[in-house]
Amino acid sequence: MASKSVYSQRDPVLKKRDDFEDILEERRNSSDLRYAFKCYTPVLYKGLVPCKPAMLKTIVLQSDSLQHVISQVSAESGESVELVQEEAAAILEEMAHRQQLSTVRFFAFTLSKAFKSLFRSVCVNEEGIQRLQQAIHEHPVVLLPSHRSYMDFLMMSYILYTYDLTLPVIAAGMDFMSMKFVGEMLRMSGAFFIRRSFGGDKLYWAVFSEYVKTILRNGYSPIEFFLEGTRSRTSKSLTPKLGLLNIVMEPFLKGEVFDVSLVPVSISYERVLEEALYARELLGVPKPKESTSGLLKARRIFSEDYGSMHVYFGQPVSVRSLAQGRINRAHYNLVPRHIPRKPTNEAQSFVNDTAYQLVRMQEENMVLKPWVLIATFLMQNLEGMELSQLVEQTVWLRDLARSFGAFLDWPDHTSSMKVVSSSLSLHCNLVSVCEGQVRLLVAAAQGCESPEALLFEQAVSALSCASYRNQVLHVFLRPALLAVAMHTAATQRKDEVYNCFSFLRNVFSNEFILCPGEAVQDFDEACYLLMKCGAVQILQQGVVTTESGRVTLPFLCAMLEPFLQGYQVVCRYLCEEANDNLTEKLFIPAVRTFAVKLHLAGSLRCYEALSSDLQKNALAALLRLNAVKKVKTADQVVLKVNKLAVNSLEDTLGGKIPTQKPVLARL
Amino acid sequence: MASNGKSSERQRTAQQRLRIIAGHLRKPEEADHTEIAAQECKAESSRTNPEKPNSMPKRRQEIMKWNGWGYSDSRFLFNKKGQAEFTGKRYRLSGLIMPSLKDWFEGTFGANLQHKSPAAPALNAGVVPPPNLNEVFVEELKATGIPFSQDADDRMFRAHGHCLHEIFALREGHFGRCPDMVVWPNCHNDVVKIVELACKHNVCLMPYGGGTSVSSALECPPEETRSIVSLDTSQMNRILWIDEKNLTAHVEAGIIGQDLERLLNESGYCTGHEPDSMEFSSLGGWVATRASGMKKNIYGNIEDLVVHIKMVTPRGVIEKSCQGPRMSTGPDVHHFILGSEGTLGVVTEVTMKIRPIPEYQKYGSVVFPNFQQGVACLREVAKQRCAPASIRLMDNEQFKFGHALKPQVSSIFTSFLDGLKKFYITKFKGFDQDQLCVATLLFEGDREKVLQHEKQVYDIAAKFGGLAAGEDNGQRGYMLTFVIAYLRDLGMDYYVIGESFETSVPWDRVLDLCRNVKERIVRECKEKGVQFPPLSTCRVTQTYDVGACVYFYFAFNYRGLSDPLNVYLQVEHAAREEILANGGSLSHHHGVGKLRKEWMQESVSSVGLGMLRSVKEYVDPDNIFGNRNLL
Repeated sequence: MASKSVYSQRDPVLKKRDDFEDILEERRNSSDLRYAFKCYTPVLYKGLVPCKPAMLKTIVLQSDSLQHVISQVSAESGESVELVQEEAAAILEEMAHRQQLSTVRFFAFTLSKAFKSLFRSVCVNEEGIQRLQQAIHEHPVVLLPSHRSYMDFLMMSYILYTYDLTLPVIAAGMDFMSMKFVGEMLRMSGAFFIRRSFGGDKLYWAVFSEYVKTILRNGYSPIEFFLEGTRSRTSKSLTPKLGLLNIVMEPFLKGEVFDVSLVPVSISYERVLEEALYARELLGVPKPKESTSGLLKARRIFSEDYGSMHVYFGQPVSVRSLAQGRINRAHYNLVPRHIPRKPTNEAQSFVNDTAYQLVRMQEENMVLKPWVLIATFLMQNLEGMELSQLVEQTVWLRDLARSFGAFLDWPDHTSSMKVVSSSLSLHCNLVSVCEGQVRLLVAAAQGCESPEALLFEQAVSALSCASYRNQVLHVFLRPALLAVAMHTAATQRKDEVYNCFSFLRNVFSNEFILCPGEAVQDFDEACYLLMKCGAVQILQQGVVTTESGRVTLPFLCAMLEPFLQGYQVVCRYLCEEANDNLTEKLFIPAVRTFAVKLHLAGSLRCYEALSSDLQKNALAALLRLNAVKKVKTADQVVLKVNKLAVNSLEDTLGGKIPTQKPVLARL
Repeated sequence: MASNGKSSERQRTAQQRLRIIAGHLRKPEEADHTEIAAQECKAESSRTNPEKPNSMPKRRQEIMKWNGWGYSDSRFLFNKKGQAEFTGKRYRLSGLIMPSLKDWFEGTFGANLQHKSPAAPALNAGVVPPPNLNEVFVEELKATGIPFSQDADDRMFRAHGHCLHEIFALREGHFGRCPDMVVWPNCHNDVVKIVELACKHNVCLMPYGGGTSVSSALECPPEETRSIVSLDTSQMNRILWIDEKNLTAHVEAGIIGQDLERLLNESGYCTGHEPDSMEFSSLGGWVATRASGMKKNIYGNIEDLVVHIKMVTPRGVIEKSCQGPRMSTGPDVHHFILGSEGTLGVVTEVTMKIRPIPEYQKYGSVVFPNFQQGVACLREVAKQRCAPASIRLMDNEQFKFGHALKPQVSSIFTSFLDGLKKFYITKFKGFDQDQLCVATLLFEGDREKVLQHEKQVYDIAAKFGGLAAGEDNGQRGYMLTFVIAYLRDLGMDYYVIGESFETSVPWDRVLDLCRNVKERIVRECKEKGVQFPPLSTCRVTQTYDVGACVYFYFAFNYRGLSDPLNVYLQVEHAAREEILANGGSLSHHHGVGKLRKEWMQESVSSVGLGMLRSVKEYVDPDNIFGNRNLL
């Protein structure tokens, strides 16, 4: 099943990572105004003739591909070509960026002020910047940052401006447009706006994709978008969205450019600005609408300390090298290239795999703070821990994480006690240290002390804390899945453990970033890592727990426990309470109510089951496994539950029945 | 001007009458000839005929290089002063000095005149493996009186074409499988006899025309265990008749391009088929590879030029029963022959279209600010269907290359003029020296029409920012194609190896394909450890209604590489893959041979390949024509 070469390639520890520079340091020592008015002469794509935003629009509107779709739409709808053309122009007007240097300079000035008051430092890997500069010169570049905060894209442009790199144009959601003034400011700094959904709108799609492709083909500016599509509320990476990635790959696949460089960027925050907001959102409090007044109200965040943030520009990935041997580009030879076509299955799966690969690269280069290790223990000990014990455990986990290849920013030459307590004090809104006991803080619910209100406040702080634990999950995910598999399978036989592993992997593939079709590789990697840290011995036919594994493995199991429980709760709800008229819309509130009931009854301890993110993911998994089906009725979507399947899934997750082929087959 | 035209017309009729009269006078002799038609070839072959225009002797190595391109007396070299010169007397460049070639050569390749990589001095017959003869076949062949040879140098000469790896191996003194003997049939009937004997004794036949293949088509398959006989068609080189009423000529297929053209010119005609290799390549070879000529815009490619083909196959002779200009008789059987690359039989005689020699020829050239503009102009010219006899667009690198071949200027005045031109184009018109590119043009026809045509083309060019740049530049551009192969030998003396290859591609992909293939070459060289950036350049050499033919040159300095040949082969392979991925064809006119065989299925689909296979199966079930090209 495994070969040695796979191990050595996959060994994450071997990966050399670059050093960081704090870009705020200079800002604290010299004039922001002068910085904002500095001479800005970025290196451009080779041979590029720069193009003004207005010119860009003209090129797009006159492009063969858009003209083709316009005449098609006109023929289908019966509207005149001129009318459709106007419609297209209007769409483009709504979408297009109007980047201008003066606005960028304005942002450079104000953001300098803002960042200095928010963050202790903003650390950037300068080697990554150099690689990016090289990449921008050679090929069209796509910047793919992780998305944890609204700060992300402001920060990206800010950094690129600081290092004199070509400013990116950024795909942003239409929500920002509704913000008076701010939307337009963002547009003038390089954002372009796309509607959240435009499924069937051919014309919209054509304008949008041609707009992006024109920028890319000519290499006018790097294109920046978020693979995850939206901010992750849980700090776990989200399943990548493929639409834009499909679009930016097309010019290469059609031979219009020699290559495209994809640059994954990992942005990590020691403290996320939106942490409490996210937790509330996950518990069903609607997200505040983006508005300028909302933004102004949020200015109190400036009085708080958000620690440091790290931005890691990853190795540029050449689409050409990725496609080598996977894609037969000759497929595009037989139809004129301006005629839009659905991607082939080959291309589709290629883009999908690439997307996962890129998200994993983002994860791997995410800088982890000691706090995320502390949060991991706090989430396993909700009732609180001794400080000394916490320090000891954190150090143990630090070493384990390092041996698994985590990108840990643990200060040198500082006692571990100091490291832990300074982390705790930065997050004093979440934890309290009282008489040597560390525990999660729960804000006092206002007014009536109903058990529901109390639970809500507990959940808010638990989910906030969980979001930090989630940052480190990707490091432990595969070994943890193996640990659970070994525990559930209750055997040492490798094939059975693998069956169980692969079952869990399958169930959780909406929850975590698990590249499709790589079960064997993941299993090998998990085995390798656990063997390396001495937790298991891998034999020809079996996986055996060692003495030190008796500590490591239960810890890893405990890490996944909340998710196992959460999925079981969803299953139980579907088996016990769901009726035939359960609509998709009602699903989340209903599960939440069910979970609250269990919590109050004391039969459920973990808070993740209350999170809408987990509930959504669980539903997606059940749909994928055909245990639940969507049925469209007149005005709503009803969920049809196959109770037998859901029940057996729940039992398997709970370890009540072994994973066996028949069970899988039935699913 | 009108009187001029009239007088030339008068001249022509006069000449024609003279020829007819001469014909009348010779009549009894000709009648004699037809009487002994069955014996025709033998009689001819046994006679030593000094008038016979035979520029290709049986022992080709006497006038041609055995390990390089072309005539032995013509080669580039760097003289003691370090200046490049071209020896011999055959070409316009011959005997001239090219002062800027050295700098270009050293600058482009990072080569150094101190670092030489000389070829193995002479062919040592001892290293050529002894022939594997089929004795019975040899005996019976002897009885027919058809000349043949088993000499090592004759066999060696026919064991290769002109791919880089073939020439490189010769220079290094490595020899692979050789043909075991060479036969020189004198006519169609000789070929029939040879093929019959080969079938009877199961001998492998490999037709050999001009030997200019660049597709490994002439490489003997190493797995072939039978005796391999190279069938050299060079002695079948007569024009059998000219039909002035229908404007056709019936020609033996071994004739080489320059002889065919010269002989027809003597009668006031031409075929107009001028592939770059026409000094050496043969009519039969053109048919077998689907050749294309520089002036195809007026005269057409080989498939447009042939009216009738006679080919000897193991199943017998294939030919059509009439010479009608077009037929609807099922799929055209000529198209099984055209491009068959010697896998089905030997083309022995061809009836070709001929045209009166054009009255007037004029070269021209246009400078464009960049390659995109140039391609756009060529596209427009093709759209308006007003392409001159030839129109080619060189990219910037090739433009500079061409400039490096400028011979020493004779007077201060010319050099002053050159300086002025350069100033005008780069400073006054603002063309970037590292962007501009040149189209070379050749017009043909009556004088008036040529001038009119010229104006039309220059007007179109002006719309795309093109500036007329004189006849001289144009002519030099065409000369480049004849000497480029000689230049490769020069490079190989100094650690530089290179090759050219071609493709055809739809108009909308021309630019993308050129850019991507050139860049792929650069990138592959870098990845394979080539120390210095390679020369990677292209030109658009033919225009069609729906696309263009693109020609690439690439060359690099291989100092410091342990296995340069392998690196070169990998880069060439990668470049071909890039072409195919960008919508280019496997070949426009070089053919497939064995070099590009692996992509045939992808190119014509497996059903298509099956069709070709089944034809081969029927025509040549015992694989007598066993060069294993194409399929």
